Amino acid sequence: MKRGFTILAVVTAILLCFALYEALLVAPTEQTMGNVQRIFYYHVPSAWTAFLLFGINFVASIFYLAKRSSKADILALISAEVGVVFCTVVLVTGPIWARPVWGIWWTWDMRLTLTLVLWLIYVSYLVLRHFSTSGKTPVVAAVLAIFGALDVPLVYFSIWFFRTQHPSPVIGDGGSLDPRMAHVLLINWAAFLCLAWLLCWTRYRLEFLKREVEEAQGFESLFEERR
Amino acid sequence: MNSMHYLYAAYIATWVIHGSYLAILVRKFTRVRKEIAELKK
Repeated sequence: MKRGFTILAVVTAILLCFALYEALLVAPTEQTMGNVQRIFYYHVPSAWTAFLLFGINFVASIFYLAKRSSKADILALISAEVGVVFCTVVLVTGPIWARPVWGIWWTWDMRLTLTLVLWLIYVSYLVLRHFSTSGKTPVVAAVLAIFGALDVPLVYFSIWFFRTQHPSPVIGDGGSLDPRMAHVLLINWAAFLCLAWLLCWTRYRLEFLKREVEEAQGFESLFEERR
Repeated sequence: MNSMHYLYAAYIATWVIHGSYLAILVRKFTRVRKEIAELKK
């Protein structure tokens, strides 16, 4: 297990360095926006990774409600936490990219607003998990996560449903992304996926140890009370 | 501001966010390990 973690950490570090090199030096410069468009290689993969993690949180929450599995509960918690980290990257890099291109840091456009709402939902999920001591917390959090996940397709499809300043998808139907840019984008996404996996693995191990310590401390205090 | 500054700012912000989260995880790990050591005593 420890060896697997080390291998993943090394592969992630190499991939991230390679992806950075590709994004800054290999990807062609976009004609209209110039070099600032390279923010795309961090902004878009971070968004995709956050959506994937919120999807995992959704599935794990349903599984927890159905089976009351503590492993599913831990998976739901860690995927939401790491998802919030990636969503924060999206919300920070977006305005930095918007300022030189649109001339503004932020606009209350549907895609941007819904992404902010998504971030707020999962931050409130984490606040609930952190501060509530009730035994029902995992159940309430799982229900909140299921409703929160409904915002993910809304964020993704908002550019089709509403008039928005955010650009249309450049990959897939109607996408016009240069194949060399698409290649760099996918390398960066692979690197971010490895990073997300590494963070989730670390966080899973931490949560597992934390729960074991809490259980042992509970037994210890019970034993001392009886003495 | 030069457009390259925005590019660097976005990349640095990304790494600061990930680095901060990693630092939080390391701090929590250290605390849990300390608690495990105290329980073993």
